[in-house]
Amino acid sequence: MTVPRFWRKIPNRYNLIGTKCENCNTYYFPPRIVCPPCRRKGVIREYAFEGSGKIVTYTTIYSAPESFTKMTPYVLAIVQLDEGPRLTTQIVCDPSEVKIGARVKSVFRKLGEDGPDGVIYYGTKFTLA
Amino acid sequence: MREVAIVGIGCTKFGEMWDKSFRDLFIEAGLMALSDAEVSGAQIEALYGGNMSAGMFLEQEHIGALIADYSGLTTNNIPSTRVEAACASGGLALRSGIIAVASGYHDVVISAGIEKMTDVGAEKAMDALASAADREWEAEVGATFPGLYAMMARAHMHELGTTREQLAQVAVKNHYHGSMNPRAQFRNKITIDTVINSPLVADPLRLFDCSPITDGAAAVVLVPAERAKEFTDTPIYVKAAAQASDTISLHDRRSLTSIDATTIAADRAFKMARLQRSQIDVAEVHDCFTIAEIMAIEDLGFFEKGAGGPVTLAGDTAIGGKIPINTSGGLKACGHPVGATGIKQAVEIVEQLRGDAGKRQVDGAEVGLTHNVGGTGGTVVVHILAR
Repeated sequence: MTVPRFWRKIPNRYNLIGTKCENCNTYYFPPRIVCPPCRRKGVIREYAFEGSGKIVTYTTIYSAPESFTKMTPYVLAIVQLDEGPRLTTQIVCDPSEVKIGARVKSVFRKLGEDGPDGVIYYGTKFTLA
Repeated sequence: MREVAIVGIGCTKFGEMWDKSFRDLFIEAGLMALSDAEVSGAQIEALYGGNMSAGMFLEQEHIGALIADYSGLTTNNIPSTRVEAACASGGLALRSGIIAVASGYHDVVISAGIEKMTDVGAEKAMDALASAADREWEAEVGATFPGLYAMMARAHMHELGTTREQLAQVAVKNHYHGSMNPRAQFRNKITIDTVINSPLVADPLRLFDCSPITDGAAAVVLVPAERAKEFTDTPIYVKAAAQASDTISLHDRRSLTSIDATTIAADRAFKMARLQRSQIDVAEVHDCFTIAEIMAIEDLGFFEKGAGGPVTLAGDTAIGGKIPINTSGGLKACGHPVGATGIKQAVEIVEQLRGDAGKRQVDGAEVGLTHNVGGTGGTVVVHILAR
Protein backbone atom coordinates (compact mmCIF):
# COMPACT_ATOMS: atom_id res chain seq x y z
CA MET A 1 0.00 0.00 0.00
CA THR A 2 1.09 3.59 -0.55
CA VAL A 3 1.92 6.02 2.25
CA PRO A 4 -0.98 8.45 1.41
CA ARG A 5 -3.42 5.64 2.09
CA PHE A 6 -2.13 5.38 5.67
CA TRP A 7 -2.05 9.16 6.13
CA ARG A 8 -5.66 9.44 5.00
CA LYS A 9 -6.73 7.05 7.75
CA ILE A 10 -4.90 8.85 10.59
CA PRO A 11 -7.86 10.89 11.99
CA ASN A 12 -10.14 7.84 12.17
CA ARG A 13 -7.59 5.21 13.08
CA TYR A 14 -5.48 7.14 15.60
CA ASN A 15 -8.07 9.38 17.20
CA LEU A 16 -11.33 7.47 16.81
CA ILE A 17 -12.89 10.33 14.85
CA GLY A 18 -16.15 9.26 13.26
CA THR A 19 -19.26 11.16 12.22
CA LYS A 20 -22.62 12.19 13.63
CA CYS A 21 -25.81 12.97 11.72
CA GLU A 22 -27.25 16.12 13.29
CA ASN A 23 -30.60 15.54 11.60
CA CYS A 24 -31.32 12.28 13.46
CA ASN A 25 -28.61 12.33 16.18
CA THR A 26 -27.06 9.03 15.11
CA TYR A 27 -23.33 8.46 15.61
CA TYR A 28 -21.22 6.58 13.06
CA PHE A 29 -17.99 4.73 13.55
CA PRO A 30 -16.50 3.69 11.16
CA PRO A 31 -17.42 7.13 9.75
CA ARG A 32 -20.17 7.44 7.14
CA ILE A 33 -20.66 10.31 4.73
CA VAL A 34 -24.24 9.25 3.98
CA CYS A 35 -26.60 8.69 6.93
CA PRO A 36 -28.66 5.64 5.81
CA PRO A 37 -32.02 6.70 7.41
CA CYS A 38 -31.73 10.38 6.36
CA ARG A 39 -29.69 10.06 3.14
CA ARG A 40 -29.73 13.51 1.45
CA LYS A 41 -31.58 15.11 4.39
CA GLY A 42 -28.71 14.11 6.69
CA VAL A 43 -26.34 16.71 8.16
CA ILE A 44 -23.01 14.96 8.75
CA ARG A 45 -20.41 16.39 11.16
CA GLU A 46 -17.13 14.99 12.46
CA TYR A 47 -17.28 13.59 15.99
CA ALA A 48 -14.44 12.41 18.26
CA PHE A 49 -15.58 9.37 20.25
CA GLU A 50 -14.84 9.14 23.99
CA GLY A 51 -13.40 5.65 23.48
CA SER A 52 -15.41 3.80 26.12
CA GLY A 53 -17.73 0.90 25.51
CA LYS A 54 -18.50 -2.75 26.18
CA ILE A 55 -17.82 -6.10 24.51
CA VAL A 56 -20.80 -7.46 22.56
CA THR A 57 -19.14 -10.67 21.32
CA TYR A 58 -15.57 -11.94 20.92
CA THR A 59 -13.29 -14.68 19.67
CA THR A 60 -9.66 -15.67 20.06
CA ILE A 61 -7.90 -15.93 16.69
CA TYR A 62 -5.45 -18.84 16.46
CA SER A 63 -5.09 -18.99 12.67
CA ALA A 64 -4.45 -15.67 10.91
CA PRO A 65 -3.24 -14.27 7.58
CA GLU A 66 0.48 -13.57 7.17
CA SER A 67 0.44 -10.01 8.52
CA PHE A 68 -1.05 -11.17 11.85
CA THR A 69 0.60 -14.57 12.43
CA LYS A 70 3.19 -13.13 14.86
CA MET A 71 0.39 -11.88 17.15
CA THR A 72 -1.60 -15.14 17.48
CA PRO A 73 -3.43 -15.99 19.61
CA TYR A 74 -5.12 -12.60 19.88
CA VAL A 75 -8.55 -11.52 21.07
CA LEU A 76 -10.90 -9.97 18.50
CA ALA A 77 -14.21 -8.45 19.55
CA ILE A 78 -17.16 -6.35 18.49
CA VAL A 79 -17.30 -3.39 20.85
CA GLN A 80 -20.32 -1.13 21.29
CA LEU A 81 -19.18 2.42 22.01
CA ASP A 82 -21.16 4.36 24.64
CA GLU A 83 -22.39 6.72 21.90
CA GLY A 84 -24.02 3.74 20.13
CA PRO A 85 -22.05 2.47 17.13
CA ARG A 86 -20.23 -0.86 17.05
CA LEU A 87 -16.80 -1.63 15.66
CA THR A 88 -14.51 -4.62 15.22
CA THR A 89 -11.29 -4.36 17.20
CA GLN A 90 -8.58 -6.27 19.04
CA ILE A 91 -8.73 -6.41 22.83
CA VAL A 92 -5.28 -6.24 24.43
CA CYS A 93 -5.68 -8.88 27.16
CA ASP A 94 -5.22 -12.55 27.93
CA PRO A 95 -7.86 -14.69 26.15
CA SER A 96 -9.01 -16.05 29.53
CA GLU A 97 -9.90 -12.54 30.80
CA VAL A 98 -12.39 -11.51 28.09
CA LYS A 99 -16.16 -11.85 28.50
CA ILE A 100 -19.38 -10.56 26.95
CA GLY A 101 -20.48 -7.32 28.64
CA ALA A 102 -16.98 -6.36 29.89
CA ARG A 103 -16.23 -2.60 29.88
CA VAL A 104 -13.37 -1.54 27.61
CA LYS A 105 -11.49 1.66 26.72
CA SER A 106 -9.55 2.59 23.58
CA VAL A 107 -5.74 2.57 23.41
CA PHE A 108 -3.25 3.53 20.69
CA ARG A 109 -1.34 0.49 19.40
CA LYS A 110 0.58 -0.89 16.45
CA LEU A 111 -1.83 -2.74 14.14
CA GLY A 112 0.59 -4.30 11.67
CA GLU A 113 3.26 -3.75 9.08
CA ASP A 114 3.46 -3.91 5.32
CA GLY A 115 6.06 -6.70 5.13
CA PRO A 116 9.51 -6.60 6.80
CA ASP A 117 10.61 -3.30 5.19
CA GLY A 118 7.20 -1.69 4.72
CA VAL A 119 5.23 0.97 6.52
CA ILE A 120 4.29 0.20 10.13
CA TYR A 121 0.70 1.14 10.71
CA TYR A 122 -0.94 2.12 13.94
CA GLY A 123 -4.49 2.36 15.13
CA THR A 124 -6.93 1.80 17.95
CA LYS A 125 -7.24 -1.32 20.04
CA PHE A 126 -9.10 -1.65 23.37
CA THR A 127 -8.14 -2.81 26.86
CA LEU A 128 -10.34 -4.02 29.69
CA ALA A 129 -11.40 -1.01 31.76
CA MET B 1 -41.72 -12.19 -17.30
CA ARG B 2 -41.28 -15.67 -18.71
CA GLU B 3 -40.92 -18.79 -16.61
CA VAL B 4 -37.40 -20.26 -16.78
CA ALA B 5 -36.23 -23.89 -16.72
CA ILE B 6 -32.91 -25.58 -16.01
CA VAL B 7 -32.32 -28.14 -18.76
CA GLY B 8 -28.68 -29.08 -18.25
CA ILE B 9 -26.24 -29.39 -15.34
CA GLY B 10 -22.52 -30.01 -14.97
CA CYS B 11 -20.14 -30.05 -12.01
CA THR B 12 -16.52 -31.08 -11.64
CA LYS B 13 -15.17 -33.13 -8.78
CA PHE B 14 -14.44 -30.75 -5.90
CA GLY B 15 -11.09 -30.83 -4.09
CA GLU B 16 -7.45 -29.88 -4.33
CA MET B 17 -7.18 -30.25 -8.11
CA TRP B 18 -3.46 -29.59 -8.47
CA ASP B 19 -3.35 -31.07 -11.98
CA LYS B 20 -6.14 -28.82 -13.27
CA SER B 21 -6.08 -25.12 -14.10
CA PHE B 22 -8.85 -22.52 -13.81
CA ARG B 23 -9.54 -23.01 -17.53
CA ASP B 24 -9.58 -26.81 -17.32
CA LEU B 25 -12.18 -26.67 -14.54
CA PHE B 26 -14.74 -24.36 -16.14
CA ILE B 27 -14.45 -26.06 -19.52
CA GLU B 28 -15.07 -29.45 -17.87
CA ALA B 29 -18.18 -28.21 -16.02
CA GLY B 30 -19.48 -26.29 -19.04
CA LEU B 31 -19.12 -29.21 -21.44
CA MET B 32 -20.90 -31.52 -18.97
CA ALA B 33 -23.83 -29.08 -18.78
CA LEU B 34 -24.01 -28.70 -22.56
CA SER B 35 -23.97 -32.42 -23.24
CA ASP B 36 -26.54 -32.97 -20.46
CA ALA B 37 -28.87 -30.50 -22.22
CA GLU B 38 -27.81 -31.61 -25.71
CA VAL B 39 -27.16 -27.99 -26.56
CA SER B 40 -24.61 -26.99 -29.17
CA GLY B 41 -22.23 -24.08 -28.66
CA ALA B 42 -23.88 -22.26 -31.57
CA GLN B 43 -27.18 -22.11 -29.64
CA ILE B 44 -25.73 -20.34 -26.60
CA GLU B 45 -26.69 -16.67 -26.47
CA ALA B 46 -25.09 -15.45 -23.24
CA LEU B 47 -22.79 -16.54 -20.44
CA TYR B 48 -22.71 -15.49 -16.76
CA GLY B 49 -19.70 -16.59 -14.72
CA GLY B 50 -19.63 -16.35 -10.93
CA ASN B 51 -16.14 -15.90 -9.53
CA MET B 52 -15.06 -14.29 -6.29
CA SER B 53 -11.40 -13.56 -6.56
CA ALA B 54 -9.41 -14.79 -9.53
CA GLY B 55 -7.56 -11.51 -9.06
CA MET B 56 -6.20 -12.54 -5.67
CA PHE B 57 -6.01 -16.30 -6.24
CA LEU B 58 -4.51 -16.21 -9.76
CA GLU B 59 -3.77 -12.53 -10.50
CA GLN B 60 -6.23 -12.92 -13.36
CA GLU B 61 -9.15 -10.57 -14.01
CA HIS B 62 -11.34 -10.18 -17.13
CA ILE B 63 -12.88 -13.58 -16.42
CA GLY B 64 -15.91 -13.03 -18.69
CA ALA B 65 -13.75 -12.89 -21.82
CA LEU B 66 -11.45 -15.69 -20.62
CA ILE B 67 -14.23 -18.22 -20.07
CA ALA B 68 -15.99 -17.32 -23.34
CA ASP B 69 -12.68 -17.56 -25.20
CA TYR B 70 -11.54 -20.93 -23.89
CA SER B 71 -15.05 -22.38 -24.16
CA GLY B 72 -14.83 -21.62 -27.89
CA LEU B 73 -17.69 -19.13 -27.68
CA THR B 74 -15.87 -16.04 -28.94
CA THR B 75 -16.51 -17.27 -32.48
CA ASN B 76 -20.10 -16.07 -31.92
CA ASN B 77 -18.96 -13.07 -29.83
CA ILE B 78 -21.67 -13.75 -27.24
CA PRO B 79 -21.99 -11.42 -24.25
CA SER B 80 -20.05 -12.98 -21.38
CA THR B 81 -20.24 -11.39 -17.93
CA ARG B 82 -18.41 -12.11 -14.71
CA VAL B 83 -20.51 -11.48 -11.59
CA GLU B 84 -19.09 -11.17 -8.09
CA ALA B 85 -20.62 -11.16 -4.62
CA ALA B 86 -17.88 -12.96 -2.64
CA CYS B 87 -19.07 -16.46 -1.68
CA ALA B 88 -22.49 -15.73 -3.25
CA SER B 89 -20.98 -15.13 -6.71
CA GLY B 90 -22.35 -18.44 -8.02
CA GLY B 91 -25.87 -17.77 -6.76
CA LEU B 92 -25.70 -14.34 -8.30
CA ALA B 93 -24.55 -15.77 -11.66
CA LEU B 94 -27.56 -18.09 -11.56
CA ARG B 95 -29.95 -15.25 -10.76
CA SER B 96 -28.39 -13.06 -13.48
CA GLY B 97 -28.89 -15.83 -16.07
CA ILE B 98 -32.48 -16.39 -14.93
CA ILE B 99 -33.26 -12.66 -15.25
CA ALA B 100 -31.74 -12.62 -18.75
CA VAL B 101 -34.01 -15.47 -19.89
CA ALA B 102 -37.10 -14.35 -17.94
CA SER B 103 -36.88 -10.87 -19.42
CA GLY B 104 -36.82 -12.20 -22.97
CA TYR B 105 -33.37 -10.81 -23.73
CA HIS B 106 -31.94 -14.27 -24.36
CA ASP B 107 -33.26 -17.82 -24.82
CA VAL B 108 -30.31 -20.15 -24.13
CA VAL B 109 -28.02 -18.97 -21.33
CA ILE B 110 -25.21 -20.62 -19.35
CA SER B 111 -24.77 -19.69 -15.69
CA ALA B 112 -21.51 -21.00 -14.29
CA GLY B 113 -19.41 -20.68 -11.17
CA ILE B 114 -15.69 -21.25 -10.78
CA GLU B 115 -12.93 -20.86 -8.23
CA LYS B 116 -9.34 -22.07 -8.29
CA MET B 117 -8.06 -21.57 -4.74
CA THR B 118 -5.06 -23.88 -4.35
CA ASP B 119 -2.67 -22.00 -6.63
CA VAL B 120 -1.79 -19.89 -3.56
CA GLY B 121 -0.81 -21.01 -0.05
CA ALA B 122 -3.26 -21.20 2.85
CA GLU B 123 -2.32 -17.81 4.35
CA LYS B 124 -2.72 -15.99 1.03
CA ALA B 125 -6.03 -17.81 0.48
CA MET B 126 -7.19 -16.67 3.92
CA ASP B 127 -6.31 -13.10 3.04
CA ALA B 128 -8.23 -13.36 -0.25
CA LEU B 129 -11.28 -14.69 1.61
CA ALA B 130 -10.99 -11.86 4.15
CA SER B 131 -11.65 -9.47 1.25
CA ALA B 132 -15.30 -10.56 1.45
CA ALA B 133 -15.40 -8.63 4.74
CA ASP B 134 -14.79 -4.88 5.08
CA ARG B 135 -11.04 -4.69 4.37
CA GLU B 136 -10.61 -1.30 6.02
CA TRP B 137 -12.61 -1.85 9.22
CA GLU B 138 -12.64 -5.61 9.75
CA ALA B 139 -9.77 -7.39 7.98
CA GLU B 140 -7.13 -4.70 8.59
CA VAL B 141 -7.71 -4.77 12.36
CA GLY B 142 -7.18 -8.53 12.45
CA ALA B 143 -10.57 -10.09 11.62
CA THR B 144 -10.46 -13.37 9.72
CA PHE B 145 -13.47 -15.06 8.17
CA PRO B 146 -13.58 -17.86 10.75
CA GLY B 147 -13.15 -15.11 13.37
CA LEU B 148 -16.25 -13.22 12.22
CA TYR B 149 -18.38 -16.39 12.19
CA ALA B 150 -16.86 -17.38 15.55
CA MET B 151 -18.21 -14.11 16.99
CA MET B 152 -21.67 -15.04 15.66
CA ALA B 153 -21.29 -18.54 17.15
CA ARG B 154 -20.31 -17.02 20.52
CA ALA B 155 -23.37 -14.73 20.47
CA HIS B 156 -25.67 -17.60 19.38
CA MET B 157 -24.39 -19.81 22.20
CA HIS B 158 -24.68 -16.96 24.73
CA GLU B 159 -28.17 -15.76 23.75
CA LEU B 160 -29.87 -18.92 22.47
CA GLY B 161 -28.06 -21.72 24.31
CA THR B 162 -26.61 -23.45 21.24
CA THR B 163 -24.02 -26.01 22.36
CA ARG B 164 -20.60 -27.15 21.17
CA GLU B 165 -22.01 -30.62 20.35
CA GLN B 166 -24.87 -29.15 18.29
CA LEU B 167 -22.38 -27.18 16.18
CA ALA B 168 -20.26 -30.30 15.72
CA GLN B 169 -23.25 -32.35 14.57
CA VAL B 170 -23.63 -30.08 11.50
CA ALA B 171 -20.17 -31.21 10.33
CA VAL B 172 -20.84 -34.85 11.27
CA LYS B 173 -24.10 -34.87 9.28
CA ASN B 174 -22.58 -33.11 6.28
CA HIS B 175 -19.61 -35.50 6.16
CA TYR B 176 -22.12 -38.39 6.28
CA HIS B 177 -23.99 -36.86 3.30
CA GLY B 178 -20.69 -36.17 1.52
CA SER B 179 -19.67 -39.80 1.94
CA MET B 180 -22.43 -40.63 -0.57
CA ASN B 181 -21.49 -37.90 -3.08
CA PRO B 182 -18.89 -38.89 -5.70
CA ARG B 183 -18.08 -35.17 -6.28
CA ALA B 184 -17.38 -34.36 -2.63
CA GLN B 185 -13.96 -33.21 -1.46
CA PHE B 186 -14.30 -35.19 1.79
CA ARG B 187 -16.00 -38.59 1.71
CA ASN B 188 -14.92 -39.72 5.17
CA LYS B 189 -17.40 -40.02 8.01
CA ILE B 190 -16.49 -38.22 11.22
CA THR B 191 -17.80 -38.10 14.80
CA ILE B 192 -18.56 -35.29 17.24
CA ASP B 193 -15.20 -36.12 18.90
CA THR B 194 -13.38 -35.51 15.59
CA VAL B 195 -14.77 -31.97 15.54
CA ILE B 196 -14.34 -31.01 19.19
CA ASN B 197 -10.77 -32.38 19.32
CA SER B 198 -9.63 -30.64 16.13
CA PRO B 199 -7.35 -27.56 16.44
CA LEU B 200 -8.86 -24.20 17.38
CA VAL B 201 -9.08 -21.77 14.44
CA ALA B 202 -11.10 -18.97 16.06
CA ASP B 203 -12.59 -19.92 19.40
CA PRO B 204 -15.21 -21.52 19.63
CA LEU B 205 -14.77 -22.66 16.01
CA ARG B 206 -12.32 -25.47 15.29
CA LEU B 207 -10.86 -26.82 12.07
CA PHE B 208 -13.78 -29.23 11.49
CA ASP B 209 -16.30 -26.39 11.94
CA CYS B 210 -14.85 -24.74 8.81
CA SER B 211 -15.44 -25.42 5.12
CA PRO B 212 -12.21 -26.21 3.26
CA ILE B 213 -10.22 -24.49 0.53
CA THR B 214 -11.37 -26.07 -2.72
CA ASP B 215 -11.00 -25.98 -6.50
CA GLY B 216 -14.07 -26.63 -8.62
CA ALA B 217 -16.56 -25.43 -11.20
CA ALA B 218 -20.24 -25.96 -11.97
CA ALA B 219 -22.60 -24.86 -14.75
CA VAL B 220 -26.28 -24.95 -15.66
CA VAL B 221 -28.15 -24.36 -18.92
CA LEU B 222 -31.19 -22.06 -18.70
CA VAL B 223 -33.98 -21.74 -21.29
CA PRO B 224 -37.56 -20.38 -21.34
CA ALA B 225 -39.93 -22.97 -19.82
CA GLU B 226 -41.96 -23.14 -23.03
CA ARG B 227 -38.89 -24.41 -24.91
CA ALA B 228 -37.62 -26.76 -22.15
CA LYS B 229 -38.90 -29.97 -23.74
CA GLU B 230 -36.74 -29.30 -26.82
CA PHE B 231 -33.74 -30.04 -24.61
CA THR B 232 -34.78 -32.54 -21.94
CA ASP B 233 -37.60 -34.77 -20.72
CA THR B 234 -36.97 -33.68 -17.14
CA PRO B 235 -36.83 -29.88 -16.97
CA ILE B 236 -36.60 -28.33 -13.52
CA TYR B 237 -38.49 -25.05 -13.22
CA VAL B 238 -37.27 -21.91 -11.47
CA LYS B 239 -40.04 -20.83 -9.09
CA ALA B 240 -38.14 -17.97 -7.48
CA ALA B 241 -34.81 -16.15 -7.70
CA ALA B 242 -34.47 -13.68 -4.83
CA GLN B 243 -31.61 -11.60 -3.52
CA ALA B 244 -31.07 -9.26 -0.57
CA SER B 245 -28.22 -7.10 0.67
CA ASP B 246 -27.20 -5.86 4.11
CA THR B 247 -24.24 -4.03 5.66
CA ILE B 248 -20.89 -5.46 4.59
CA SER B 249 -19.55 -5.34 8.17
CA LEU B 250 -20.83 -7.73 10.79
CA HIS B 251 -20.57 -5.02 13.50
CA ASP B 252 -23.18 -2.85 11.72
CA ARG B 253 -25.89 -5.55 11.62
CA ARG B 254 -29.15 -5.46 13.59
CA SER B 255 -28.41 -8.92 14.98
CA LEU B 256 -25.35 -11.11 15.55
CA THR B 257 -27.41 -14.31 15.88
CA SER B 258 -29.37 -14.02 12.60
CA ILE B 259 -28.46 -13.16 9.04
CA ASP B 260 -31.30 -10.75 8.20
CA ALA B 261 -30.60 -10.84 4.45
CA THR B 262 -31.39 -14.58 4.54
CA THR B 263 -34.82 -13.96 6.07
CA ILE B 264 -35.57 -11.14 3.64
CA ALA B 265 -34.41 -13.05 0.54
CA ALA B 266 -36.39 -16.11 1.69
CA ASP B 267 -39.56 -14.04 2.27
CA ARG B 268 -39.19 -12.59 -1.23
CA ALA B 269 -38.59 -16.05 -2.73
CA PHE B 270 -41.57 -17.73 -1.04
CA LYS B 271 -43.83 -14.84 -2.07
CA MET B 272 -42.59 -15.07 -5.67
CA ALA B 273 -43.03 -18.86 -5.76
CA ARG B 274 -46.41 -18.75 -3.94
CA LEU B 275 -45.17 -21.63 -1.76
CA GLN B 276 -44.94 -22.31 1.99
CA ARG B 277 -41.82 -23.31 3.96
CA SER B 278 -43.44 -26.69 4.67
CA GLN B 279 -43.51 -27.48 0.93
CA ILE B 280 -39.69 -27.58 0.62
CA ASP B 281 -38.51 -31.20 0.39
CA VAL B 282 -34.74 -30.62 0.27
CA ALA B 283 -32.43 -27.62 0.66
CA GLU B 284 -28.81 -26.71 0.06
CA VAL B 285 -27.81 -24.00 2.55
CA HIS B 286 -24.62 -22.00 3.03
CA ASP B 287 -22.68 -23.87 5.75
CA CYS B 288 -19.33 -22.13 5.35
CA PHE B 289 -19.04 -22.75 9.11
CA THR B 290 -21.16 -25.04 11.26
CA ILE B 291 -22.84 -22.06 12.96
CA ALA B 292 -23.84 -20.77 9.51
CA GLU B 293 -26.03 -23.83 8.83
CA ILE B 294 -27.73 -23.51 12.22
CA MET B 295 -28.50 -19.83 11.55
CA ALA B 296 -29.58 -20.61 7.96
CA ILE B 297 -32.21 -23.21 8.87
CA GLU B 298 -33.61 -20.78 11.45
CA ASP B 299 -33.46 -17.64 9.29
CA LEU B 300 -34.96 -19.42 6.25
CA GLY B 301 -37.94 -20.19 8.50
CA PHE B 302 -37.62 -23.99 8.56
CA PHE B 303 -37.20 -23.94 12.36
CA GLU B 304 -37.78 -21.46 15.20
CA LYS B 305 -34.94 -19.20 16.30
CA GLY B 306 -32.80 -21.14 18.75
CA ALA B 307 -34.09 -24.54 17.56
CA GLY B 308 -31.44 -24.97 14.85
CA GLY B 309 -28.94 -26.70 17.13
CA PRO B 310 -31.35 -29.10 18.88
CA VAL B 311 -33.07 -30.21 15.62
CA THR B 312 -29.67 -30.85 14.03
CA LEU B 313 -28.62 -33.03 16.97
CA ALA B 314 -31.99 -34.83 16.74
CA GLY B 315 -31.35 -35.77 13.09
CA ASP B 316 -34.18 -33.70 11.59
CA THR B 317 -31.87 -32.23 8.92
CA ALA B 318 -30.24 -35.50 7.80
CA ILE B 319 -31.43 -37.55 4.81
CA GLY B 320 -34.51 -39.37 6.12
CA GLY B 321 -35.26 -36.53 8.58
CA LYS B 322 -37.97 -33.84 8.46
CA ILE B 323 -36.13 -31.65 5.95
CA PRO B 324 -32.82 -32.95 4.56
CA ILE B 325 -30.28 -30.11 4.49
CA ASN B 326 -27.11 -30.20 2.38
CA THR B 327 -27.48 -33.63 0.82
CA SER B 328 -24.38 -32.85 -1.30
CA GLY B 329 -22.31 -32.68 1.88
CA GLY B 330 -22.67 -28.91 1.89
CA LEU B 331 -19.76 -26.54 1.82
CA LYS B 332 -18.20 -28.46 4.71
CA ALA B 333 -17.79 -31.87 3.06
CA CYS B 334 -18.51 -31.34 -0.65
CA GLY B 335 -16.08 -28.39 -0.54
CA HIS B 336 -16.35 -24.65 -1.06
CA PRO B 337 -14.80 -23.27 -4.25
CA VAL B 338 -16.38 -19.93 -3.39
CA GLY B 339 -17.55 -18.74 -6.81
CA ALA B 340 -18.79 -22.22 -7.79
CA THR B 341 -20.77 -23.02 -4.64
CA GLY B 342 -24.03 -21.26 -5.60
CA ILE B 343 -24.19 -23.16 -8.91
CA LYS B 344 -23.21 -26.48 -7.30
CA GLN B 345 -26.14 -26.03 -4.89
CA ALA B 346 -28.49 -25.74 -7.89
CA VAL B 347 -26.88 -28.78 -9.56
CA GLU B 348 -27.50 -30.83 -6.40
CA ILE B 349 -31.15 -29.73 -6.14
CA VAL B 350 -31.74 -30.46 -9.86
CA GLU B 351 -30.33 -34.00 -9.37
CA GLN B 352 -32.57 -34.49 -6.34
CA LEU B 353 -35.69 -33.28 -8.20
CA ARG B 354 -34.86 -35.43 -11.23
CA GLY B 355 -34.48 -38.43 -8.92
CA ASP B 356 -30.85 -38.86 -10.00
CA ALA B 357 -29.13 -38.36 -6.62
CA GLY B 358 -28.25 -42.03 -6.12
CA LYS B 359 -27.60 -43.10 -2.51
CA ARG B 360 -28.36 -39.63 -1.19
CA GLN B 361 -31.74 -39.37 -2.97
CA VAL B 362 -34.54 -37.77 -0.92
CA ASP B 363 -37.62 -39.87 -1.71
CA GLY B 364 -40.25 -38.05 -3.76
CA ALA B 365 -38.47 -34.68 -3.72
CA GLU B 366 -40.53 -32.21 -5.76
CA VAL B 367 -39.51 -28.77 -4.49
CA GLY B 368 -36.02 -27.67 -3.43
CA LEU B 369 -34.30 -24.51 -2.22
CA THR B 370 -30.79 -23.10 -2.48
CA HIS B 371 -29.33 -20.49 -0.11
CA ASN B 372 -26.03 -18.80 -0.93
CA VAL B 373 -24.41 -16.20 1.36
CA GLY B 374 -21.77 -13.63 0.45
CA GLY B 375 -19.39 -12.66 3.24
CA THR B 376 -21.00 -12.66 6.68
CA GLY B 377 -24.40 -11.84 5.16
CA GLY B 378 -23.88 -8.71 3.06
CA THR B 379 -25.42 -10.59 0.11
CA VAL B 380 -27.85 -13.51 0.17
CA VAL B 381 -29.34 -15.28 -2.86
CA VAL B 382 -32.22 -17.76 -2.50
CA HIS B 383 -33.64 -19.89 -5.33
CA ILE B 384 -36.64 -22.19 -5.29
CA LEU B 385 -36.71 -24.95 -7.91
CA ALA B 386 -39.47 -27.46 -8.68
CA ARG B 387 -40.19 -30.42 -10.91
